[in-house]
Amino acid sequence: MTRCWKPASDMHELAICQALMNQVETIAMERNAVNVVSIVVGMGPLSGVEEQLLKHAYPVASAGTVAEGAKLVVESLPVRVKCSQCGSESDASPNKLVCKHCGDWRTTLISGDELMLMSVELETDPEHTKPASTEDKTGVTVH
Amino acid sequence: MCDTCGCNVTHGNEKLIRPGGKLARTESGKEAVTVLHSLLDENDHTAKHNRDHFDSHNVLAINLMSSPGAGKTALLEATIQALQADAHTDLSIAVIEGDLETENDAERIRKHGVEAIQIATGSACHLDAHMIHQALHNLDLGGLDIVFIENVGNLVCPASFDLGQHRNVTLLSVPEGDDKPAKYPVMFRSADLVLISKSDLLPVLDDFNPVNAKQYLHDIASDAPVFELSSKDNSGMQLWFDWLHTEIDKRKAHLAAHPVERGRHHHHHHHEHEHEHKHQQHHVHVGDKNR
Repeated sequence: MTRCWKPASDMHELAICQALMNQVETIAMERNAVNVVSIVVGMGPLSGVEEQLLKHAYPVASAGTVAEGAKLVVESLPVRVKCSQCGSESDASPNKLVCKHCGDWRTTLISGDELMLMSVELETDPEHTKPASTEDKTGVTVH
Repeated sequence: MCDTCGCNVTHGNEKLIRPGGKLARTESGKEAVTVLHSLLDENDHTAKHNRDHFDSHNVLAINLMSSPGAGKTALLEATIQALQADAHTDLSIAVIEGDLETENDAERIRKHGVEAIQIATGSACHLDAHMIHQALHNLDLGGLDIVFIENVGNLVCPASFDLGQHRNVTLLSVPEGDDKPAKYPVMFRSADLVLISKSDLLPVLDDFNPVNAKQYLHDIASDAPVFELSSKDNSGMQLWFDWLHTEIDKRKAHLAAHPVERGRHHHHHHHEHEHEHKHQQHHVHVGDKNR
């Protein structure tokens, strides 16, 4: 695939991975984490991001951050569409988003273009842990 | 995509990603934090800020994307020339150029008397919202009608980054082949308009069938209009100009119904600078000579 293959700085996956590290670092700092154990990213094939390239960029982007050495888990989300004509939902592939039931092309994507930080597993310092809350102002839920 | 409102979560993926779902599972003994933020959160934030800035000046922003050599700069040159020659239009244009290296494209545009800001992305294969934000600090939007953003020639990476544009226009040049929408669905799905460029080559390169290109676009559930045009012999250009005028009118109608207070677009993030957009070069009002 023609992508940006010059030195390590140019894949857009690296830019996205650096954005991921910023988010993880913010969360780790807010929670006084001493270590990040794992990071779960959810993505669909229509996000425009290649899973392999993201994984390739990850060690570079995480080096020297609180997440260095943390496990990166990438979960693929399925491509699914809802038909605007017959109303049914069906599985689809990235370049065939037509309705499986009636064959119409006028569909809406309901899953498959996500690119999300799903969750982070942290090791916190018990001395400095904030009181647990179910939801704080950042919209982050602890469970 | 946005971060905190949960619009990333649809009933299609909800089961998988909500707490307790397959992807939210964690080992006991450690703290698991469910986040559900788009990784492009920061970019999208700046993009919204850019869009508000365009809106506050009544400017339509168009992001032009294609593979390298599909004719983005040539299309802009032909568009500027035609609009300058048209006594009935009074459109004022500026261009933001993205390229890995060189000011060549910006210089081509400036020769037509239109202001062009060149962003040299270095090794980056796409423009992002922060680069556009920086460029906007060097571009006075006052009196402009359209800002064209010519993205880096690339059918992959630019599709992932919202710049704050109002419309995406993707070029598919005849020599590239009519199946590009099937090969690059992310890029073509993001297009609000697809232009089949270099249509003067259709008689020679007869394995390119515009009907097939349209079928591939339908396969990816795209309802974007498709125009065939040539910046070389100017055929088909009128549909493109009409589209631009319609989009400007639609934008103005939208802004009349949902006004953005000038200079009051919100800053949610930190700025180390005063938000004065400096006027470094004077843009030329395309219709000036007819006034």
